[in-house]
Amino acid sequence: MAAARRIPAYALRVIALIASVAGIDALAGAPELKAGAFSPARIAPDFSLTGSDGSALTLRRFRGKVVLLGFGYTSCPSVCPVTLATLAAAQRKLGAHARDVQVVYVTVDPVRDDAARMKGYLEAFHPDFLGATGTEEALEAVRREYGIAAKRLATPAGSYEYGHSSFVYLIDREGRLRALMPYGRAAADYVHDAMLLLSPP
Amino acid sequence: MSLLGVPIALVIGIVAWAALAPVPPGPREEVFEIPNGTWARRMSGDPVEILPSKIHLTLGVRDVLLLRNLDDVPQVFGPTIMMPGQSFRLPFELASDYQFECSAHASGQMTVVVAPKPRSPWTRLRWRAGNFWRAVT
Repeated sequence: MAAARRIPAYALRVIALIASVAGIDALAGAPELKAGAFSPARIAPDFSLTGSDGSALTLRRFRGKVVLLGFGYTSCPSVCPVTLATLAAAQRKLGAHARDVQVVYVTVDPVRDDAARMKGYLEAFHPDFLGATGTEEALEAVRREYGIAAKRLATPAGSYEYGHSSFVYLIDREGRLRALMPYGRAAADYVHDAMLLLSPP
Repeated sequence: MSLLGVPIALVIGIVAWAALAPVPPGPREEVFEIPNGTWARRMSGDPVEILPSKIHLTLGVRDVLLLRNLDDVPQVFGPTIMMPGQSFRLPFELASDYQFECSAHASGQMTVVVAPKPRSPWTRLRWRAGNFWRAVT
């Protein structure tokens, strides 16, 4: 038993070294995120906006959870419904782990998206999703911190739409900005990465 | 062998190699780096282009996009903002054309074309011809 305890510490380091040199991530103990991963991860810039639940919404509030942070607006005709439906499917697949994952959706359209409107819209996808809105200046500051593009475009009908960044950030339990999931990835990819970020280091 | 015979044999040999030789394993990452001093060059009016507007990857061969910001200021690079010294590693598992917003390009878009792994002689030939063409143009 003593020998069995001695071997793993020594042998596992050797195996991990060989595996990392050979590029075998699974053996090297470094499972890959499906999303694009940042290295080193930095602390996700915090913000204080108005939550769709009526309370002040900060990232600090969700320490201990994995946060999936997206940007969009409730009148979005195509991108946001797809992203939110995918995130809702991922939440359902996560089962009991879903309580440790929080979806936060920040509007790029504060003129139309007040807290009540965001609440109604997001709850149609999943009852636990939270929206965030605020002044144009506050939202622009958040977008700048996260490198989010949002451009207002006039429609022929006299209304307007937004062209906006469509990816979703993954923030770990410690509040670090770990990865970016491109638009169009499957719910299974979100589940895979959320489980990875939920698992102990 | 006639004078024409040698080049014809050479072409046949190259085509046969391109079609039949297995695709060699190599680094999976296609790396793009923002060198130190890029921001200063841009500020002085030099329109530095780091990322092409179209990037070609191949599943099972080179299917990971790796971006590095070696500059000493944050940079919008590809789809995201990157801190000094930070890297961004994005693996692909499905062959498709992926569109990313990218404010570094005039079009505001960057496309990553991910091709399936070339398995048959014909697809290997086309894959190698495409790589060659992109390298010389």
